[in-house]
Amino acid sequence: MATHHSTIPHQSCDGADGHHLLVSVSPHLKSDLTVARIMWSVVACLIPPLILSIFVFGFQTLIITLVSVISCVATEAIAQKLLGRPVTVKDGSAVITGVLLAYVIPPGVPLWMPVFGGVMAIFVTKIIMGGLGFNIFNPALIGRAFLVATYPVAMTTAWRSPIRDWAIFKHTGPAVDAVSSATPLYVLKHYGMAAMLEQFGSRATVYKDFFLGTMPGCIGETSALLLLLGGLYLIFKGYIRWHIPVSVIVSTGVLTWIFGGERLFTGDPIIAVLSGGLMLGAFFMATDYVTSPNQRAGQVVFGIGVGALTVLIRLKGGYPEGVCYAILLMNPLTPAIDQLFKPKRFSQGAVQ
Amino acid sequence: MRTQLATFPKGGVHPKENKDLTHALPIETMPDPTKVSLFLKQHVGAPCQVSVPPRVDAPIDDELLLAASHPGAVFRLLVHKKERVKVGDRVGDMGNRLGAVLHASVGGMVQGVENVLHYQEGKAQALVIQTDPESVTPEYSEVDWRAFSRDEIQARIAAAGIVGLGGAGFPTDVKLNVKPGTPLDTLILNGAECEPYITCDHRVMVTYAREIVEGAKILLTVLGITYCAIGVENNKPDAIAALNEAIARSKKDDGFRIEVKPLAVKYPQGSADQIMQSITGRVRPSGQRSSSIGIIVQNVYTTKMVYDAVALGKPLTERVITITGRAIARPANLRVKIGTPIAEIADYLGGTTPDLCKVVVGGPMMGFAVSDLDIPIAKTTPGVLFLSHDEVDAQAFGPCIRCGFCLDACPMGLEPNTIGIYVEAGRGAETEPFGLMDDCFECGSCAYACPAKRPLVQFIRLARIEINQARKLKEAREQKRKAG
Repeated sequence: MATHHSTIPHQSCDGADGHHLLVSVSPHLKSDLTVARIMWSVVACLIPPLILSIFVFGFQTLIITLVSVISCVATEAIAQKLLGRPVTVKDGSAVITGVLLAYVIPPGVPLWMPVFGGVMAIFVTKIIMGGLGFNIFNPALIGRAFLVATYPVAMTTAWRSPIRDWAIFKHTGPAVDAVSSATPLYVLKHYGMAAMLEQFGSRATVYKDFFLGTMPGCIGETSALLLLLGGLYLIFKGYIRWHIPVSVIVSTGVLTWIFGGERLFTGDPIIAVLSGGLMLGAFFMATDYVTSPNQRAGQVVFGIGVGALTVLIRLKGGYPEGVCYAILLMNPLTPAIDQLFKPKRFSQGAVQ
Repeated sequence: MRTQLATFPKGGVHPKENKDLTHALPIETMPDPTKVSLFLKQHVGAPCQVSVPPRVDAPIDDELLLAASHPGAVFRLLVHKKERVKVGDRVGDMGNRLGAVLHASVGGMVQGVENVLHYQEGKAQALVIQTDPESVTPEYSEVDWRAFSRDEIQARIAAAGIVGLGGAGFPTDVKLNVKPGTPLDTLILNGAECEPYITCDHRVMVTYAREIVEGAKILLTVLGITYCAIGVENNKPDAIAALNEAIARSKKDDGFRIEVKPLAVKYPQGSADQIMQSITGRVRPSGQRSSSIGIIVQNVYTTKMVYDAVALGKPLTERVITITGRAIARPANLRVKIGTPIAEIADYLGGTTPDLCKVVVGGPMMGFAVSDLDIPIAKTTPGVLFLSHDEVDAQAFGPCIRCGFCLDACPMGLEPNTIGIYVEAGRGAETEPFGLMDDCFECGSCAYACPAKRPLVQFIRLARIEINQARKLKEAREQKRKAG
């Protein structure tokens, strides 16, 4: 007896004459929380970093983000139309993917790159897996991984130095070498802490710049402060739990402190936590409902996995930044983690 | 004080209460309807028999014979078609199986047994009585129940046809028949009334606090224990105050200890498992009775009915129900005769408003939506909701986004999301290991919490049907194999 969406019709009531009453299975009350409301709240929480990025990297970031969002939404709408499925772009999930994709690519990339990334993120990662709720990997991160694999030069060199003179319309084209600047994590990885501090200022300046977001990096990942505020709002509203972000951040900090220095226990956990895409990944990507576990214990395991893989890639891998791949590596483990950490049944607490 | 409220730790949701429509309205008595339809089965167990073994001299009415639950046997009719009955006359007997007796709720003429619309079962057999406006209601006078033996008390409860009024409808006298040797220590009176909108228990507690406390003592006497806790959600301070006052005024030196336990407002606080855990911290093992952990739970209104049955000798022929929602002209806490059609109640309260969208028999979380108002009130009906368009969420549902909100909402620790996905895939029969057969009581917390508006309770019901079908198929196959 196969049952699908369509076998449970949603009628509406046509009149008050008693003959067209709406009949459905209980409960007859539903919370006012909807998927669209959650998704659009996440989008709203992602807007402040975008505004900041305009002032830090220039107007180009807004254009890249818009192109990425339009690409994702259009891909979803066209694909759903062609496949004869209901078009669901209004739920905001494709918009989130578009924004997050833009946030994890450098500010100096040519505009066709977010278009390609968007198609990859939405069509390959989400639509052909079955649509919302059925993707194994985080769509935005697959988009980024695809771009890094296909255009490695642009994706790893198109950085911009933070603008200090409010000239936000100065560089609107793709980055040229003259204005590009390596990211702190790149310098740290290849030249060490001393070189990094030499280039980006004293330790206190580095902490401050990293916290506020005035450092080279991807479009939306630089401001720990704004991402933290957005993430805290989502936790406050109950849309996400603290377990994944906290376990990602704590495990990254602790493991960097232990293994990140020249000797054990000399690494700088604060730089590790504030730099790269860690805050963005911890609050907005690792917490994606579909691709992360749903029990608290499982979420902690997942978060620690993300943190450990991030540190491993940063310290020993070929890339200076590892959050993207760490999350992508943990995503497919989600069903297994959910199997391990199931909700505790009521009667399991029984006195036998 | 707020932090001290007892509650259950796992799951639960906080739907908008909407009790302010009726919670302050005193109980009002509706005049007798023009007819009542008394379902032969208003309780857990076998349907009532409207006929009993033969009396040689009486004629046999074929139409009534159809209703007998033993086809082929010859019965004497308990009531004849066209026979006149008085309020409180016994019109349905329970035979020798689990069940409860049934009484005429109005005086009038018996129309016979008809198939009447039922809120849950489509149609069900009911004894229809045409009301005679001239008929007189008997007077009941109070006697001292302490003079009765335990057996006499139980006989009086059984004779009054008392069943659990909280919704389950389990025959009360049977529930009190605890197996000898069961280590009971606590009676819980359930006055949580956690369903939004519904306020009948609230008004009953405020109005009949003395009767409830006396009823508690009757129940304690039958059970042979001394401690009773009355659990009331903290959104009913006047009910808590009234009960406390009644306890303070009641006879002191009889060795009973009764206390009111204010409970946190959280749905489903009034579910038996949850209220037992909230008050005693004990958890009922799956598949066992509550008496296995030393507790008997009774609804507060049932307790009031027990008092009426034992001290007054009054059968269960009427009850207070909450008629509410924004699409009824005048919401009310109404005392109606069992068997009153909803349509007559709506008429009495000034009719429905033009934006009526949904009619629900029972509470909004576990009640049944009906498509017709010609459905009678049963003993277990706590209310009828007339919901307007604004109050009804008829959004189409989407795919599961695996947010896990249903896992947080489920008070039993089940996985409604997974069950729903199995059912959608046509694999509902494989969901038995998820524990829904024993543990899910369809409180609806999961579907309430789901942001994708998935009909999770409906999925769970489908899964149950598929599991039962698979079991039957397996049994049939095994029998065939044995035979062959």
